Amino acid sequence: RDFNERCAQCSEVNWGLTDGGRFYCRSCHNVNEITREVVSTDFVCNTRIQTISKGLRKPEKTDGGCEWYVCEGFQLVLKKQAEALEALGVCPQMKDEVLCNFWRRYLQKTKQAYCNMSAGETVKALSVCDSSTDVDSEPEGPSPLHLLSLSESEGDLQTDSSFASSLSKVSETQESTSVCSGSVDGSLYLMKNRKEKLRMTMPMTLSFCYMALLWLREPMTLSDLLRFVAEGHIPYLNVFQHFPEKMKLYGLDLKIFCVESWPVYEEVYNKMLELAAFLDLPRFPDITDSCFLHPDMLCMKYLMEANLPDELHNWTCRVVKKICIGEADFLTLVPGNKSRRNVKYDVLAAAVIIVVLKLLFLLDDHYEWLLSDFAEERNKNNKEGGPYFEFKKWYKVVKCTLDVKQKKLDEERAKYLWRCEKLLFYSDKKKSKVLKRRQTVVNLQNQFGKLSGSVLPAEKPNPSSFQLSWSEENTDGSCFHGHSLKGVLQEKRGLLTAMNPDYWLCTVKLCNEKTCGHLAHYREEDFPQSYHFVIKLFSFLLRIQPSYIHDEVCVIEHKLFNKKLCKKPKYNTGLRK
Amino acid sequence: SFHEYKLNFKKSKEMCLSYIQDAMLQKQWKRAAEFLTFYIESLEKDFSAEYTSPSEVIWRIGTEILCRHSHSSMKELNSFTEHVKTLGVKRYLKVCLEHTFHLLCNGLIDEAYQNLSLAESWRFGEQTFIQGKEMKLIKAYRGLLDYYSWSKQKNILLEHGQDGFEDLSVEQEMHSCFRKAAVNLQEIIKIPGVWDLFVKCYVDLLEFYGDHNAARQVLSEYAYNSKFPANPNAHVYLYQFLKRHGESKKSLISVLKILHDIVPSHELMIDFNIMLQKSKKRKRRRLGLEVIFAVLDYAGWKEDVKAWSCLARQVKQIVISEKHLDWIKQEWNSRKDWWPAFHFSRYLAKRNWQENESLSYEKALVAGILLGKDCKYFKYVSHQGCKAQVKRLRILKKFVNKHNPVYLRISG
Repeated sequence: RDFNERCAQCSEVNWGLTDGGRFYCRSCHNVNEITREVVSTDFVCNTRIQTISKGLRKPEKTDGGCEWYVCEGFQLVLKKQAEALEALGVCPQMKDEVLCNFWRRYLQKTKQAYCNMSAGETVKALSVCDSSTDVDSEPEGPSPLHLLSLSESEGDLQTDSSFASSLSKVSETQESTSVCSGSVDGSLYLMKNRKEKLRMTMPMTLSFCYMALLWLREPMTLSDLLRFVAEGHIPYLNVFQHFPEKMKLYGLDLKIFCVESWPVYEEVYNKMLELAAFLDLPRFPDITDSCFLHPDMLCMKYLMEANLPDELHNWTCRVVKKICIGEADFLTLVPGNKSRRNVKYDVLAAAVIIVVLKLLFLLDDHYEWLLSDFAEERNKNNKEGGPYFEFKKWYKVVKCTLDVKQKKLDEERAKYLWRCEKLLFYSDKKKSKVLKRRQTVVNLQNQFGKLSGSVLPAEKPNPSSFQLSWSEENTDGSCFHGHSLKGVLQEKRGLLTAMNPDYWLCTVKLCNEKTCGHLAHYREEDFPQSYHFVIKLFSFLLRIQPSYIHDEVCVIEHKLFNKKLCKKPKYNTGLRK
Repeated sequence: SFHEYKLNFKKSKEMCLSYIQDAMLQKQWKRAAEFLTFYIESLEKDFSAEYTSPSEVIWRIGTEILCRHSHSSMKELNSFTEHVKTLGVKRYLKVCLEHTFHLLCNGLIDEAYQNLSLAESWRFGEQTFIQGKEMKLIKAYRGLLDYYSWSKQKNILLEHGQDGFEDLSVEQEMHSCFRKAAVNLQEIIKIPGVWDLFVKCYVDLLEFYGDHNAARQVLSEYAYNSKFPANPNAHVYLYQFLKRHGESKKSLISVLKILHDIVPSHELMIDFNIMLQKSKKRKRRRLGLEVIFAVLDYAGWKEDVKAWSCLARQVKQIVISEKHLDWIKQEWNSRKDWWPAFHFSRYLAKRNWQENESLSYEKALVAGILLGKDCKYFKYVSHQGCKAQVKRLRILKKFVNKHNPVYLRISG
């Protein structure tokens, strides 16, 4: 009776009802696929209605679904992610203890502002406990949700400031939530005041993971983690595929669980800091020089990956020591401490390497090539020991590889498939449309897939900590690990120092992060090409924007030349060491 | 560069699209198909608030790839187009129309006809009204195909007629096609626009059935109705019709005059000039001169012997009669600054002589009169001609020498 859509065949609006509860067009007898589900308070009052078809949507779902809360969904996501991490070699402690505890703590902290909004909510919470959900079947025992709700029902009900007004809202939404989202509290979840503490989001799941990894000092940096996510080794995109059948997702759930973008390093990192502070976590376990995340270790790894001589490691260690960034106090995360700048281990290590390269090779698009020619000359007479490192050769080899890899990565990104088999709908009305559309898409994909010779993208690559690898066994001389730096060093008073006497600062003055958001501003055209190249190299390896690395380089330089900078207020770009 | 650090669905698909475009520009159809495969999922509504449907892009790209790819076939294209039709109702008729064009280009006339008939019967609420223009085009093209059938039937009949057979069913078929075609063709040419092919076909039908008045009406309307865009072809068709029916010189000339105004370099201008030269009326002869000079202003006619011979004949005739030299003077006035370099350079003299003796002869005559016997062109050609002992060139030399004072009069 309320159905006002036009008939698809004759575009009239003249509906009647079949026995099966379907609408049919009286003009052309076209039977419509849409069945009407009535959620209406009129049901009880209006006895004239004959248009009930597939049953009324009451709290008990008739389509085989169960009731579930948004945070249960997130819990499942975290579980899947932890399992994936375990499969990658992370210790099981992470999944069974650390992440779990973090999550519980989060629920505790947020539940206080979350489920005590109204009496209606707690009633719902109780009913969840009564009916056992699939989420309960976890090895760690009864769901934390279960425990929390039980305890809370006895405690004080902290009233929200908007309790009174929200009460009426809730009674409306109680019925509408079940229509607008598969989860019980989907719409409430999204409606919540933005000022509220740390509402859980998909990117935040990665913050949780990283936080747990950091706590355990696992050998995985944030950039590694995000890369594994992008390569599909850790569920993130379309993670809802792993939800059990009974947990129906639709409507507003999609806004919560379906992501349409890759997580950004900065975002995940900053959220992690917020989270750590929010959960009142104590000082994290110390990062010492035997940890993977310590700059000495990471530098070694990145030097290898960048195909640079092992001897450079001495230099990175010297720099690290000189500016005291190898101290546990500097490296360890202390949540809530806003006076210190927090450490991004991967970016830090990359920046140290770049500073060392600048120290030895200057990288002003001039000196490094001269030095390289010089080393080449010396190499001709060099018979014993390993060859001297020649910047030119290294540049050629690495640039070649980098270009190939970058091109490949770009193509992969363009070919990325975002959809999965499981279809989601905003509402039942859209369901048939979505299904039809999916069918068309699959057909077209097949048609063009045949023409292109391939059907779907290749299997995801095996997870590996190293993206670039170079083998000493290659006789073509493309591996520079064993090369010697003697070509660019000279003896002075018994010590080996760099032949390069100069250094240029990336920036004379650091910006104020709080006011302008950055410490420095990076533009490719403002800096030498060689510098840009090394920035680009690490930008590729870490999958982050060049400007983040550049910022870090600026910070390290300022620490390194601190004394000199403080002495004289004005500086030219050249600087004597 | 593609180094996107904040990669989301929208940007990812944009990147994909640019890869497709690059591949297509380089005619790498396999690669384009490959990336298109990954682009297609953008048809599914994404979860962001804004939604711009890529279905038109996919339609156009997909069609192009299927037309060019070596492993593709019409069958593939048909299947693809069927899917596309379901993707957007607002584009339905347009897709049908373009599909028809593809079918026609591949010689599948019957399929094209079926397609059009199906499209004609499509109804979809107010969309039918919104897509009214496309509907008219669909009917028009169906009319065209009906004409084509009619034409085939007609030819069959004529053949049979020659053999002495009579075929009633073919005849009836033919008339039926005529009726269908006429209705639709008539409709479309009412709308201001360029309908050359449709007009021609319709006129052909009318002529065949003897309705010459209607035919003339249609052509006049097409040529003279100011609402229609200026179209030289309209005048050409009208002229051809009038000529076919032996109309008076007066009406022919009036049509061609308009054509001269619109397209002075039109090939019919040669016939026009010939017609005008022969006329007894002074005004017409004057116009003839104007017309032929205008034709030779255009680079496309530079090496055309016929055009030059027309000009040469008229110039010669004027010079001999010693009347109306001022005509030549008038025409030459605006051209004397640039025609010498354009037509009568020494380089051209050499080239024309080498490539086309007749051309150089005609041009030499004109040059000799307009520029005098001492001009580069005339001197070279006549010298060469005398060397080669070409008779007519010797005669020409004498002629120009005799009338050299004329040059002095017109150049002043």
